[in-house]
Amino acid sequence: MTSPSLVGKNARRFTAPSVIPGFGLTFGYTLIYLGLIVLFPLATLIWQSSGLGFSGLYEIASEPRVAASLRTTFFISFAAAVVDLFFGLIVAWVLTRYDFPGRRLLDAFVDLPFALPTAVAGISLAALYSPNGWFGAPLADYDIKIAFTRWGILVALIFIGLPFVVRTVQPIISELEAELEEASATLGAGRLQTVIRVMLPPLAPALLTGFALAFARSIGEYGSVIFIAGNIAYVSEIAPLLIVVKLEQYDVPGATGIATIMLAISFAALLLINLVQAWSRRRFGHV
Amino acid sequence: MSEIAITSSGRDRGVKFRPVTHDSAFARYALIATAVLFLAIFLLAPLAIVFVEAFSKGIGPFLAAFDDPDARAAIRLTLLVAAIAVPANLVFGLAASWSIAKFSFPGKSVLITLIDLPFSVSPVVAGLVYVLVFGGQGLFGPWLAAHGVQIIFAVPGIVLATIFVTFPFVARELIPLMEEQGKIEEEAALTLGASGFKTFLTVTLPNIKWGLLYGVLLCNARAMGEFGAVSVVSGHIRGLTNTIPLQVEILYNEYNNVAAFALAVLLAGLALVTLGLKTFLEWRHADALSGRARRH
Repeated sequence: MTSPSLVGKNARRFTAPSVIPGFGLTFGYTLIYLGLIVLFPLATLIWQSSGLGFSGLYEIASEPRVAASLRTTFFISFAAAVVDLFFGLIVAWVLTRYDFPGRRLLDAFVDLPFALPTAVAGISLAALYSPNGWFGAPLADYDIKIAFTRWGILVALIFIGLPFVVRTVQPIISELEAELEEASATLGAGRLQTVIRVMLPPLAPALLTGFALAFARSIGEYGSVIFIAGNIAYVSEIAPLLIVVKLEQYDVPGATGIATIMLAISFAALLLINLVQAWSRRRFGHV
Repeated sequence: MSEIAITSSGRDRGVKFRPVTHDSAFARYALIATAVLFLAIFLLAPLAIVFVEAFSKGIGPFLAAFDDPDARAAIRLTLLVAAIAVPANLVFGLAASWSIAKFSFPGKSVLITLIDLPFSVSPVVAGLVYVLVFGGQGLFGPWLAAHGVQIIFAVPGIVLATIFVTFPFVARELIPLMEEQGKIEEEAALTLGASGFKTFLTVTLPNIKWGLLYGVLLCNARAMGEFGAVSVVSGHIRGLTNTIPLQVEILYNEYNNVAAFALAVLLAGLALVTLGLKTFLEWRHADALSGRARRH
């Protein structure tokens, strides 16, 4: 075992001196495992798509069926994140500020979309909203179709994204200072005015972060959507599904191109989150 | 929740006024009703329908779904995959958090961002990258084929894709936790003559055990329930490369609703147990969990 001590010697110059052992071993293992499992496969994707070049990527993205699926994914993810933003704020507010029977249970259930496998969510949502389901049947009386349309995609993405907004906003609501509310009230503001002008602004960064997290997750979501979407080309076909379709047709470059575009969108969302948090730290002193 | 209790205790003391920091009763009830209704429609109904559909023809057909050899093979494969993926990410989580939390070195925040990376990648893309590396037209495809090794459309590919999507769970729970705890206790043990490994076992591990369990729970739930990534690399060979979620898909597409939802009950049960234990840990051992990473 000469190599670990060699790593250790190099590491000692790299890291600050410490009595704690094991830096070389654990740091080396971390880098190797991260490299092999995550970075190398992702680099392969980028390398393959760089072979396509920008013109090749553009060609794939402007193929009508691909363009339609990217539009569908992008706009419905955005709409779902907006719905989650609104109702997530209400849910977070209610769960943090009010006490009522069943609050703890409901609070625990907010994490259900994280815990429930997406395929299970997919088939149960399809069962609920299909024309003879619990929600689908009464809606069918009014000629409203959810399952196997774009609305179905929206419902599934609302389900998937909700906990991101609630869990991001909740801690900030519980940290709101009562003194500010009291000051606002004693200065003559009505309750609604206090809520809108004093309490909501500090929540803005958390709301934006939750929104971006829900949006980023929705862009890549597959399992919960494909069962309820109907997957009609040009109408209700999402981009991740088209990757699978292209792979089944042995169109690896096509699948690679779509994957690269999706990766770029989710990294842009990630960057936005980091910028919002940096701004929030400067503006409000918290994330 | 102390400020919320004021309303009732205020009423006990005969106070007629609503504290200025409280919303009106109407606003309160309207908001509670909205939140409860929204959660009931979007969260509770999807969970309830799993059980309703699974038992819609009674207990007999429900149980019969588990007599199917393909279903049993799927259950075995799911357990096998989780039994490899979870320990692999557990060891990684310990190594990563030890090196990141106990030492200072340049580029630390970049490393943490890279560890979180798999959460920002679509499951389908996670499966695709392994196809690009190990698949028939992939980087190592010809070499693997020449040596008779199959990774894609076989169990190794399923394990790799599962490790990818569950990669950050343990690490992202342990890193902030160990950073909060600092390294004073370890330094004391080491200067008193304990070996590095003994220090880890008797000082560090007891400090992080609840956080570790928390991370492992979430990692396991995702590992057993992963669908998108596994679906891309599995090839859907019945009895061989179908995990429970993939078997659910096949049964559902064959209009075998009872069997599909019967297997889904297993996964929904796992989700409920995970949520229960998670809530218990957050309630009973909140101080032993990291305050930051409680989002996934």
